[in-house]
Amino acid sequence: MLETAIIVFREVLEAAIIIGIVAAATRDVPGRKRWLTAGLLAGLIGSGLVAASTDLIGVMARGVGQELFNAVVLGVAVLMLAWHNIWMSSHGAALASNARSVGNDIRDGRSECSVLLVVVGLAVLREGSETVLFLYGIAAQGAGSTPSMLLGGMLGMLAGAAIGYALYAGLLRVPMRWFFAATGMLVLLLAAGMASQAARFLIQADFLPSLAAPLCDTSSMLPDHSLPGMLLHGLIGYDARPAGMQFIFYVAVLAVIGIGMKWANHPRRSID
Amino acid sequence: MKSMLLIFLLLPLAAFATDADFTLVIKSHRFQPSELTVPSGKKIKLTVENKDDTPEEFESYPLNREKVIADNSSGTIYIGPLAPGRYPFFGEFHQATAQGVLVAQ
Repeated sequence: MLETAIIVFREVLEAAIIIGIVAAATRDVPGRKRWLTAGLLAGLIGSGLVAASTDLIGVMARGVGQELFNAVVLGVAVLMLAWHNIWMSSHGAALASNARSVGNDIRDGRSECSVLLVVVGLAVLREGSETVLFLYGIAAQGAGSTPSMLLGGMLGMLAGAAIGYALYAGLLRVPMRWFFAATGMLVLLLAAGMASQAARFLIQADFLPSLAAPLCDTSSMLPDHSLPGMLLHGLIGYDARPAGMQFIFYVAVLAVIGIGMKWANHPRRSID
Repeated sequence: MKSMLLIFLLLPLAAFATDADFTLVIKSHRFQPSELTVPSGKKIKLTVENKDDTPEEFESYPLNREKVIADNSSGTIYIGPLAPGRYPFFGEFHQATAQGVLVAQ
């Protein structure tokens, strides 16, 4: 039961961290609860569909369809998070001081929420489909231990969700004048970590060279499968044995979004 | 900076290395063979065939690889080029029995 709980926890944790950060980052966006719920539901339905078509996706692209699928899902999420952060940089100050008119709030809020929906949906889709497959495997075996394993799955899910919620609740306690800087930084690191994961999938599919595998090895200090390792993986994309190409993707996404945020924060300066 | 230099020094190696093909079979939640010897310094194309009626996730911490293989299906995983050594892997969904090691020589 414990083993099942840990496996499900690992899968759920990453999605829970993403949802926790995204939910906190959009605290002032009107109607965000409905969008979050819609994203969650769409992700759950999608993960069922993806799980059911695993063999189909798997045999596509000469056996590396799963890697390409994951890389595309991650890539889209990175784009959405980048857009969110750059948008927040140009509007964050106004949001913080409540200086904007209600009309603008609703108009901007709507476009912002569709991004939120996509990011949450994709996070659930990717992690959820593996959980569905795993639990399906348990159920399919039909052994006597099934109920206790399903209970373990439930416990793992609850524990993962609890950490996501704790992160969300903690972020809401950050004083308003630091809040947008804090969530902006978290979203930035989240996006960079996803880009590094996308690179890993593309290396695994032989679409990209690894350029040194691994670049460094910190697994003896902080293993990937330890709790701090898992948390850091979810938060900032920690990888104990990153390939060189993953490092390049990580730094490139940090730089591009960082520059985009700076530019959006001072739009006049680029014209002068 | 040193690591960047290393990357560029390794680039030509990556270009000239040819793939080596290997196959692992999953049956009754066990890997066959449970110990697979592969050449070091070469990119490896590993095909994992799952002959069980349940899905399995091939996972290895030292190789930094994970991949779900659907029931009665197969998938391809590219690995390396590896330094000589032992690289344990396991089936995450059936860890009690699905254990193996890749030996790079």
